[in-house]
Amino acid sequence: MSVLVSRRDFLKASAMLGGGMVLEFCLPVTSTAAGGAAASEVNAWIVIHPDDRVVIRIARSEMGQGTFTALAQLVAEELDCDWARVSAEFASPNEHIRRDRVWGSMSTGGSMGVRSSQDYVRRAGASAREMLVAAAAARWQVPVAECTAADGVVAHAPSGRKLRYGQLAADAARLTPPKEVTLRDPAAWKIAGKSVQRLDIPDKVLGKPVFGVDVMLPGMLHASIAQCPVFGGKVLSVDAGAAAKMRGVRKIVREESFVAVVADSWWRADEALRRVAVEWDLGGNGHASNETIAAMLREGLADRQLPQARKLGDAPAAMATAAKVVEAEYRSPYLNHATLEPQTCTAWLKPEGFLEVWTSTQNGEASMAAAAEAAGLPLEKVEVHKMMLGGGFGRRGGPQDFVRQGVAIARAMPGIPVKMMWSRAEDMQHGFYRPASMVRMRAGLDAQGNLVAMHTTIACPSILKVLMPGVLSKDGIDFTAVRSFTDMPYAVPNQQVDYAMRNGHVPVGFWRAPGQQNAFYRESFIDELATAVGRDALEYRLAMLKPGDKNRLVLEAVATAAAWGSPLPAGVHRGLAVADGFGSFTAMVAEVSVGPGGQPRVLRIVVAIDSGHVVNPDTCRAQAESNVVFGLGSILYQENNVKAGRIVESNFHDFRLPRLSEMPRVETVLVPSGGFWGGHGEPAILPLAPAVCNALFAATGQRIRSLPLKHHDLRAPV
Amino acid sequence: MLELMVNGRTYPVDVEPEMPLLWVLRDHLGLPGTKYGCGVSICGACTVHLDGEAVRSCTLPVSAVLGKQIVTIEGLSMAGLHRVQQAWIDHQVPQCGYCQTGMIMAATALLAKTAQPSDDDIDRTMTNLCRCGTYSRVRAAMHALAAGSSAPDTGKT
Ligand code: FES
Ligand code: FES
Repeated sequence: MSVLVSRRDFLKASAMLGGGMVLEFCLPVTSTAAGGAAASEVNAWIVIHPDDRVVIRIARSEMGQGTFTALAQLVAEELDCDWARVSAEFASPNEHIRRDRVWGSMSTGGSMGVRSSQDYVRRAGASAREMLVAAAAARWQVPVAECTAADGVVAHAPSGRKLRYGQLAADAARLTPPKEVTLRDPAAWKIAGKSVQRLDIPDKVLGKPVFGVDVMLPGMLHASIAQCPVFGGKVLSVDAGAAAKMRGVRKIVREESFVAVVADSWWRADEALRRVAVEWDLGGNGHASNETIAAMLREGLADRQLPQARKLGDAPAAMATAAKVVEAEYRSPYLNHATLEPQTCTAWLKPEGFLEVWTSTQNGEASMAAAAEAAGLPLEKVEVHKMMLGGGFGRRGGPQDFVRQGVAIARAMPGIPVKMMWSRAEDMQHGFYRPASMVRMRAGLDAQGNLVAMHTTIACPSILKVLMPGVLSKDGIDFTAVRSFTDMPYAVPNQQVDYAMRNGHVPVGFWRAPGQQNAFYRESFIDELATAVGRDALEYRLAMLKPGDKNRLVLEAVATAAAWGSPLPAGVHRGLAVADGFGSFTAMVAEVSVGPGGQPRVLRIVVAIDSGHVVNPDTCRAQAESNVVFGLGSILYQENNVKAGRIVESNFHDFRLPRLSEMPRVETVLVPSGGFWGGHGEPAILPLAPAVCNALFAATGQRIRSLPLKHHDLRAPV
Repeated sequence: MLELMVNGRTYPVDVEPEMPLLWVLRDHLGLPGTKYGCGVSICGACTVHLDGEAVRSCTLPVSAVLGKQIVTIEGLSMAGLHRVQQAWIDHQVPQCGYCQTGMIMAATALLAKTAQPSDDDIDRTMTNLCRCGTYSRVRAAMHALAAGSSAPDTGKT
């Protein structure tokens, strides 16, 4: 039983709110909880109702990337049911633990949702189908081999008899699952591989309460929190003053690292919070600034004793005999995820010692572990209800800070559910930021201009050190800080990559396509080299890629789609880049113009992606569009500056998101070559910044070696 | 007690006159379809209709809306889907969906006034922020609605 709050409680709660409207709430529908005749759980993934409705359980999170639907498509494909009768629900993390982690991984990041669970979810579908067929054969007392299943019906051709899945599910659920199943050849897919409509969209356009911030519970209170503005600081003293007496305020909660006000509406909590005087122990980082961080990175670049993340041939020796050496330094700022839904967590510590949590999380199991630890309860005594995420982009996976805070507040209010939500300023200033980094690249070219040696030094804080220290290599290499260089596809005989791990006090985290800044550095620098030797950007890259290399195939595909080399309208300029990562290969052509005042404008993006297989083409295209807009904000405007130990930006006026009017035309060419499973949530952001900046070089002759562009004067020199 | 007219019904609410409409809707009336994104009138996640106009409810004190008709996403269509919502499904506009209720409220208000908005009209009016990048599909859905249908004009595979 995973429904711990009944549907009736929710209706009661909504009646109490006075709305009198029917508020539906997305709760896991267990096999027996739904009204009418009992449904049967054929296996952990699949519940079939007598009326043939199929409920597919999803272990990964949905943040707009479409995994909720794509995974259901893969299960339904092998189950061979009627897609029109399929719905999906999130698997319960508590049940997951009690059933020995039956749903595999709940972690949702790294564009892994489909590619790292496709095998076992397809097996679950195929296994259930075979059990349904076996149940029918047993009922008819005919050999299994004479029965076939398709579109939710098992048929016995010799006798012409048929039974629907809904009539067979109860019997099938009692059978032992087959040991071996055969998965369909993707070429024969009927449901997977098709642009079916996403299952979560109807509720979202209706404004149904599906997000973490939408949770409504009987007697629920609201909380707004303030953390020390300097990372790592602690609360020294709290003077609630008049705030404690403000209307609706129930409690001022003081914890080691934050203060929260609990009230009967979020606005009242937040208004009161602004009037609470908190004295902070800044913890020694109150002097950190952009300048100290830049100095730290620069010192890293100068370090001569760095561990090598890659060594091939002898780059320094080859450099010494090269016909030409080109060197450049690039850098990037910290960046917040800025999910449109701020961090949020609702927690309810019930009198019987059971903790319930509702949250927008990229990892239900990690949320449960964080909640259990914060509450001092065993995992079995905790349930996490996974809500739809109002954006994730890596913010809501590894760090479960919001869950720990929500639970701490619930402990201060035993027996009462409290929904905590961060204000936008809190969210902007307490992120786990894309690391700021600095890179020096040196290239040795032979007499023909070919790249024969490349030596890269990277100074960058380590995300793994903060969030997954166990994954760091023994010599302290963080693969997310060195990727795109350590796995550079170009055939360069001498390569060296040195890594300077320099960790400031700013927490860093997985920001969409972690390490994506390296693709900006590498692919801009390759363009610098092509320019230095007077060669075409496409031809220069192709010459370094072996025949059959998938980077080469996507480059050729994008060059064709964008008509690389063809004349452009006056004032329009092109740039190109290629990158692989997150299991896929992506090449992009950007077309830009620069206004008379120096305003850059990205007009058109053509992107070719090879992800091996494609489960939902339309969702994959949507993800390419998403990556373009997400990346564009960081190219044009976004940065998080540090001053007096704190983040300067506080809202969307100083951390701008692009608007609809700035949206370029995006043309996505899917070129799945089969044989592997690549992701789609992140790859398309990799080549974006270099493609755009290479196009800007074509437009202005200025080489952009740092972002955002708002700091560059792109006007034509007078 | 203040009286609010929301989605065709009258609600008595006992709140401070300066409380922004957004929080009255979300926390006092149990209508969470209207979202908080910035609280300072930049993002548009909190867009509702006030006497038919799209307004940002996060900075609108409830005292300023007494006697006016407020429509939220929950009341956009009392029966089934509004045609804008249908177009949003046909074009598969939402990604995470968080900004989309505000986006839909802004789009319906624009289309009610200007049945055939130009790209320029859309650029100027649809200033809602979307972190996920649904803008091309918002534009495509609005053009389809202007042309009298909700469906995408090219068959997608
Ligand atoms: S929440 Fe009102 S405009 Fe952002
Ligand atoms: S769909 Fe996620 S913010 Fe717009």
